[in-house]
This record gives sequence, C-alpha cells and structure tokens, in this order.
Amino acid sequence: MCHLSEVARLRGLRNTIKGRDFRMDTSEIQSKVVEIIGRYAKNKDALGSVTDETNILEDLKVNSARLVDVILDFEDEFDIEVEDEDADAVNTIGDAVRLIQSKVA
Amino acid sequence: MSRRVVITGMGVVAPNGVGLKEYEAALRGGVSGIRHIPLLDELKFGCRVAGVPQGVDELAESLFDEDELMAMNSSHRYGSIAAIDAWADAGFERPDPEDDTVHWEAGAVIGTGVGGLDTAGDKLVPMIDAGRVRRLGSTMVEQVMGSGVSARVSGLLALGNQVTANSSACSTGAEAVVEGLQRIRAGLADRMLCGGTEGASQYAWGGFDSMRVLCRKFNDEPEKASRPLSASAGGFVPGSGAGILHLESLESAEARGARIYAEVLGGALNCGGHRSGGSMTAPNPTGVQRCIRQAVRDAGVEPGEIDAINGHLTATGADPSEVASWSKALELGPEAFPLINSTKSMIGHGLGAAGALESVACILMLRGRFVHASINCEDVHPDIEPFAASIPHETREVAGLETIIKAGFGFGDVNVCVIFRRWPD
Repeated sequence: MCHLSEVARLRGLRNTIKGRDFRMDTSEIQSKVVEIIGRYAKNKDALGSVTDETNILEDLKVNSARLVDVILDFEDEFDIEVEDEDADAVNTIGDAVRLIQSKVA
Repeated sequence: MSRRVVITGMGVVAPNGVGLKEYEAALRGGVSGIRHIPLLDELKFGCRVAGVPQGVDELAESLFDEDELMAMNSSHRYGSIAAIDAWADAGFERPDPEDDTVHWEAGAVIGTGVGGLDTAGDKLVPMIDAGRVRRLGSTMVEQVMGSGVSARVSGLLALGNQVTANSSACSTGAEAVVEGLQRIRAGLADRMLCGGTEGASQYAWGGFDSMRVLCRKFNDEPEKASRPLSASAGGFVPGSGAGILHLESLESAEARGARIYAEVLGGALNCGGHRSGGSMTAPNPTGVQRCIRQAVRDAGVEPGEIDAINGHLTATGADPSEVASWSKALELGPEAFPLINSTKSMIGHGLGAAGALESVACILMLRGRFVHASINCEDVHPDIEPFAASIPHETREVAGLETIIKAGFGFGDVNVCVIFRRWPD
C-alpha cells in the first residue's frame, strides 16, 4: 500500500511523462469542464455565461443519465479517478472544478 | 371500427441513395449500391461486398447534436434520419425539444433484425471482458436494446402513441407496415411511423457468412454480386439502411389536406410452423401461399388487378420456390403473371430494414408509374424461365400501374405480405 501523497506524486510524475501541464489553474480547469459538459448540454446558449453556481442538470439541461459520461470524460481529461460518492456530489460547475482541483492538486 | 390507411410521407437511407429523390433516381437507373468492403478482406469473410448507405455520418452531424450522436450507432443514424425525413415529408415540423407538446395520436413501429451489434462488438463486449464495465458510460443500453431506434425517434418527434420495435428477421420492415396498418384501422392511432432499420456491421453479417448463404463469387465485381432470379445467384449480399413510411388514417390525411402517395389496401402476417419443408431458415411454401392469399383477401382485390410483384427474392436457392408460390397463391400462370422484380438486386438484403426499404421502392414506383429493373439476372434461373417475360431487365414505364404486392419472408419461417395502391392524382 502506498501512502496517498505517494500516489499523488506518482500520478503527477505520470502526467509529466505524458507531457501534460499538470498544474492547471482554476480558470483553465473551468474552461475544460465547460467544454466537456458542453458536449452534453441541451441548452447551448447558457454555456456562454457559466458561473460557479451554474447547475449542470437544470441550467445546462444535461440529461441526468449522461452525468456518468461527464465524469468519465473528467477522468480522461485530467487523468484522475472519481469515486461514485464524489461524482454524486457534483451539481454545479463549481462543484466539478473543486472536485477536479482536489484530485489533481 | 375499420378505417382506410394511406401513406403520406416516407424517408429512406439506402445503399444506392439517401433521401427519396436519390433513391428513386438510383432505382430508375438500375444503380447498384453494392461496394467492396476492405474490412471484410481483412477479416477473411467469404463475401467481401455489402450495401452500405453513403455519406450518412456527415448528414447525421447536420441533423443531431453531439449528445444525441454519441448514443447513435449506424442503425440509429439510418433509422432516425429516415424517420425525421418521413415526418417532414408528411408535412410536419420537427418539434422543438423545449416544446412540451406530445403527438398523442402518432406512434412508431420501427423494427430491426439484429439491433446494435456494432456497438456490442466494438465496445460492450471488449470493455466488459477487459474488466472495464465502469467505463462503458451511459449510452450502451439505448444502443443495444431492441427498441433503441423507436425510442430515439419518439424523443426526436415527441410521439405519444404506441412506440415499439418489432423483430421478425428479414420480414421485419414490411411487418412493421402491417402492424401500423392494423393499429390505425382499429382506431388506436391516427398516424404511425413504420419501417425498419439495420446497421452496417461485420458482426451482423458474420453468422450468415459462416452459414454460406452470402454471395462469394463476385467479390471483384460488387455491382454484379446481388443476383436474384438468376441461374448464377450464389447467395445474398448483406445490406443495411432504413426505410420509414408515415401511415395515416384517410380521415386524418384528408382533414389536414395532406398529400397522399398510396393506400395500404391490406396485409397479412403468418408463420409456416417449420413444417412441410419449412424450418428455421426456409419457408413452408403453404405458409407463404396462405399469407399471400390472406393479404389479397384483406385488400379486397382480385389477383388479376395486381400490376407488379416486389418479391422477397434474395438471390439464394429459395428464389425459384418463391416465384412458384406467387404463381400458385395468385392463381396466375406464366401467361398472366404480373411484372416481378427484386429491389435487393440493387441494394442487397437489408435484413430487418429490407421490407421497409423495398416498401418505399414500391410507393416510389407507384407514384412514378415505373417498375424498376431487376438487375443481374440476364441468365434467368431455369426454374423461373417460364416467367422470364415478367422480369424487367430495364426500367419499365407502366402507364396503368396502380397496384403492387410486396412480400417478405424471414428466418423462423415467418411471412408478411402487403398490398399498396396508387392514390389518384
């Protein structure tokens, strides 16, 4: 068993090896989050004025079944793993950004 | 309550033409949609040609959003394009997703023979076997469930009546038309989108290839590979695509002043019970003949009124016995036999979509008063030779063309027969 900080270090190393910029700032994460969710959003107009409080299901009109795919895309994009409980707690864009930040930090 | 049922719209995604105009032009021109499929070389198929509609992905991208597209395999794309085209062709606007109006009087029977086997083969099975079930995402179920396409279409068009998918192998597409006819006749719906869709997938075709029922002798000449009615027929060519017909009660069509293509005069469905030569893979001739006779009775026509037969005619050894069954059931010998053709000669065998693609061809022929060529049968099969004069090798203009009878026969010894009559101008 590795210590969690060791896992994070190794993950960081892996990302460095992949040539990714591991230290993304909040706005960068947010724009990627919006890009990903945008694929599923039925309300494309609302994508232009997204804030932390924008609700993914209600404001962007994402079909709730597609949240599974959104989380899988987050995992691929940021090279993270999201537990089911963490995924269930994502309601807004801000929730998603904070979750990703906590995983990539 | 029994109401008259008419066809007021159609949509088609065929290997030799996408959209009614292109499809009619291809049928009139005797244009084959059969092409060489390089993947089938790689996979060492015996048959390396197939009918696959062209340009569909680009068209789908212009019609559906990203969220919809990610859940639409080939069968979904073909079926959905054909359905929204049929809807528009019938004079209806594609509803705004934000508009909560539901068309309670309109439903769909959109069948498939094998369903989303491409999704199963490309994603579902490999990912599950690799222990990656968590990574499947949310779109697997809707792409592999039998009713996936009718479900998708009901959302695109806000349908509120019965929405279902029938499945009866190669008779599926025409069976859907008869199902719709019966539902509207019974007063349970005013409008039904009916037809079939079949994806293009090596996983759908492989089983047939192994059974040695696919054509293997014309891999170098794809356009000549589908040879119904010929002595050189050596099996069918797999096809794909979708055909959807917008069936409507005559009263509904007249009330809204709709353009009417044709009337569905009658139809019949049965099974030969795998007896008297019938089996999982072969039809009981008695069942076939009963089905044809029932359809004729249901339509209230005399066999002599039938101007053309659009057969099932796949280019297997069953073609001669099919022609014999038509002759026997209609009690029309070679001298009185109507024109007979096989749309499969140009598009291959669209399996669950076949009967629908071919029903659309029937309506186009009725409207345009022509009977398209049955290509690749210059060498008519010896057992069919007495009927050779009834087989058009070139498109035949038929000024008095009023009535076409169409049949389909499927694995499981199931049969369908439907009769269409041109609506007066």
